[in-house]
Amino acid sequence: MSTSPAPNGALDTFPKLLDHNARVRGGRPAAREKMYGIWQTWTWSELREEARALAMGLMGLGLQPGERVAIVGKNRPQLYWSMVSCQMCGAVPVPVYSDAAADEMAYVLDHSGAAFAIVEDQEQVDKLLQVVELEQAPALRHMIYLDPRGLRKYDHTTLHAFAEVVANGQGAAAEAGPRIDAICAAQQGADTCVMLYTSGTTGRSKGVVLSNDNIIVTARATAEFDKLVETDSVLAYLPMAWVGDFIFSMGQAYVAGFCVSCPESPDTMMSDLKEIGPTYFFAPPRIFETLLTNVSIRMEDAGTFKKKLYDGYMAHARRVGADILDGKPVSAADRAKYALGELLVYAPLKNALGLSNVRVGYTAGEAIGPEIFQFYRSLGINLKQLYGQTEASVFITVQPDGEVRADTVGVPAPGVEIQIRESGEIYYRSPGVFQEYYKNPEATADTKDAEGWVATGDAGFFEEGTGHLRIIDRAKDVGKLSSGALFAPKYVENKLKFFPSVLEAVVFGADRDRCVAFVNIDLSAVGNWAERNNISYASYQELAGHPKVYDMIQEHMEEVNASLAQDDMLSGCQVHRFLVLHKELDADDGEMTRTRKVRRRIVEERYAPLIEALYAGASEVYASVEVTYEDGRKGAISATLQIRDAKVFPAGAKVAAE
Amino acid sequence: MSIHAAEAASDDVAYASQEEAHGIEPRRIGGTVMEMKNITLRFGGVTAIKDISFDIKEHEIRAIIGPNGAGKSSMLNVINGFYHPQEGEIWFRGAKRGPMKPYEIAQQGIARTFQNIALFKGMTTLDNIMTGRMTMMKTNFWQQAMWWGSAQREEVEHRRRVEEIIDFLEIQAIRKTPVGRLPYGLQKRVELGRALAAEPKLLLLDEPMAGMNVEEKEDMCRFILDVNDEFGTTIALIEHDMGVVMDIADRVVVLDYGRKIGDGTPEEVRANQDVIDAYLGVSHD
Repeated sequence: MSTSPAPNGALDTFPKLLDHNARVRGGRPAAREKMYGIWQTWTWSELREEARALAMGLMGLGLQPGERVAIVGKNRPQLYWSMVSCQMCGAVPVPVYSDAAADEMAYVLDHSGAAFAIVEDQEQVDKLLQVVELEQAPALRHMIYLDPRGLRKYDHTTLHAFAEVVANGQGAAAEAGPRIDAICAAQQGADTCVMLYTSGTTGRSKGVVLSNDNIIVTARATAEFDKLVETDSVLAYLPMAWVGDFIFSMGQAYVAGFCVSCPESPDTMMSDLKEIGPTYFFAPPRIFETLLTNVSIRMEDAGTFKKKLYDGYMAHARRVGADILDGKPVSAADRAKYALGELLVYAPLKNALGLSNVRVGYTAGEAIGPEIFQFYRSLGINLKQLYGQTEASVFITVQPDGEVRADTVGVPAPGVEIQIRESGEIYYRSPGVFQEYYKNPEATADTKDAEGWVATGDAGFFEEGTGHLRIIDRAKDVGKLSSGALFAPKYVENKLKFFPSVLEAVVFGADRDRCVAFVNIDLSAVGNWAERNNISYASYQELAGHPKVYDMIQEHMEEVNASLAQDDMLSGCQVHRFLVLHKELDADDGEMTRTRKVRRRIVEERYAPLIEALYAGASEVYASVEVTYEDGRKGAISATLQIRDAKVFPAGAKVAAE
Repeated sequence: MSIHAAEAASDDVAYASQEEAHGIEPRRIGGTVMEMKNITLRFGGVTAIKDISFDIKEHEIRAIIGPNGAGKSSMLNVINGFYHPQEGEIWFRGAKRGPMKPYEIAQQGIARTFQNIALFKGMTTLDNIMTGRMTMMKTNFWQQAMWWGSAQREEVEHRRRVEEIIDFLEIQAIRKTPVGRLPYGLQKRVELGRALAAEPKLLLLDEPMAGMNVEEKEDMCRFILDVNDEFGTTIALIEHDMGVVMDIADRVVVLDYGRKIGDGTPEEVRANQDVIDAYLGVSHD
């Protein structure tokens, strides 16, 4: 057994936190995963033993302190604790997006100089072998895989089964144990904890180096802020390479000691969510949108009685639900009706969504539609927004309970200072501020100044009175139209995306006389709408080009224009002409980041002829774009797209927006 | 689906290159498991199969191909005892097989899937695969109805094996979905799961890829190769897609109008003039 790290004040690294948890709550569940249809549980003391055994095995393979270890795979408890195992050896874990193509992975492996890789299965092994074969990862010495399926006949000189490494580690405990204890005892809060690669909204991704203090101090402060305790429970389903997952499923879980459950497979996430019933839930707006879309579609298909019941009580919930949640005064009659609704509609619905037990829910990453946000809040789910970045260890601002609104991102998180500079750009300074961009001092200097202030790249302002921060757009995307009026594309796009039928929108107009837009339809929402309206279609492309779909998008566009017209600052951003793209914007084509944010520049380049046609006044345009399939093969999708004009409204006009 | 397909596609490529690159021996093909000697099958005046002999070796993937009406499905039905040939002998694992009922043959370790899916549409994926273990259940109806003692223990054990198959075929997400609601490609996969649940020595697949799109085919190819590789199951399959057959089969037997016109490795069969004639439609005299 290890020498126990002493006082509470010294819990400044993950290995020490793990020891602590194994000691004070050793019997409580730390991780769960569904295997063969049954939830398997590891307690904190079991998890500690597993992590130590793996660490000793890694040491046996020659992992040296200071080296980097790539972690590639979907959310699995073993992969989570392998990050701590790496830290026990003094190495730095580098989680990598598991859906990245081989060349993207090659970049991260090469740049991080990873010496080891711990991967999930054959798919990832093959990808990494491809990288190795092309000699793009010179530093990579050993690869360890979790799922042996299909790998039996691979050359095992540098490839190892996870179970075998663990078994070897257990065998070497007498020799390796004390070495690990010595390394763990010597580690400090200022040491590097993890390296996370940004999703790269702009250009190549950068390796963000975060220290133990960054993660643990931030996690501790925010866990206190939301009163997270060891009985809480989360479902870990977001990419492990994303800083949010690292904070929620590692940082806060280790600090508060709660249990992290991993879904059986990505496809079963919804049913696993229902079975686990997490108390603390994080999802990007897209997940909440998808959930709501599914509910709406099913209610459209439900019988008359059920539909009436649902519509009636949901209308009531929209009226008083959020106020009840915020503890504002609501009449006794309304409360009684809400209680009945809870019994008949809200509780069963929350149960079906897997959100019955949610005490604290967060959404971040993108703006969320006010209707969507309100829908969940009115059901009594405490959904809040936060604003964050990898460079900040997530938290910059966060909404306190009772001060939750759709259009702001809240007040500065505990310990965070915020400045708005003249340019309108938001700067922050906090204990979570990253150490540096790995091997990129210029970028570090560009982003972080000597006093520790970090530029977010976003433009925003503090609201008068409430002190809540409002984000307008990416600072560098905020531009001017040729008339000199403010151009904030994201703001307009978000308004468009709040319509269920619009999946994605890209607005152009910087240095032009007016704005134009690309629209992506949401296949499930529009498909269902088409079904109900007897519109037949054979493909996404055909549906996207359907005149009736265009009519609907045009209506939405004009509604957005009408609401923009009322905003003095942004009335110039009304969309004059638009087209519906014949393919979904896709991360595999480089059009989006892996976290599904549009890469504006690349879209602009790839679709330049379409933009020209929008400005040239043509009524249709032929488009052909190269697409990359998930296995790396390339093909082209072409179509003739219609272009429509949308009605614009004079600035300041009071149009009756419905 | 698309994710799986992409995996399958990249896996296949990598799989092949892996074996070549590291010079690892492919799966060891053993002795003869099943031998068909001079089989002739008639329906009244129609001769569906005429004097056909071929063998199936242990651990191999044996494909049976041929144009429509060549007698492929009849051949499969002879192997698993649906049809009894008028002439000829069937030798299975070193013993001559007498007339047997299909369930007796199933108990011998021969499982199959069907050209037209034959699942219980109203039952879930899990229950359908569970039926594949029927031949191995030892407790009787009344014990199972009471679900106590040995019946319960037995079901837990069977369920464990079924869950392993669900994991293997990556169909966790549809575990509790009635199969009638599933898309065609997934139903085919469930059917494969049910056949695997019987832990067959010899697995017969009747057009496992019929009516599938490219993605689904790639998926299915990967599963067939994985079954063969991981469990060492001998597989006999009928398939129309020549690309698939040439890629995954170890040996191919070609039928035409109930006669055998070719037998050998995919390369040999491809070079066989009779086979080319049959497929290109040269007139027969």
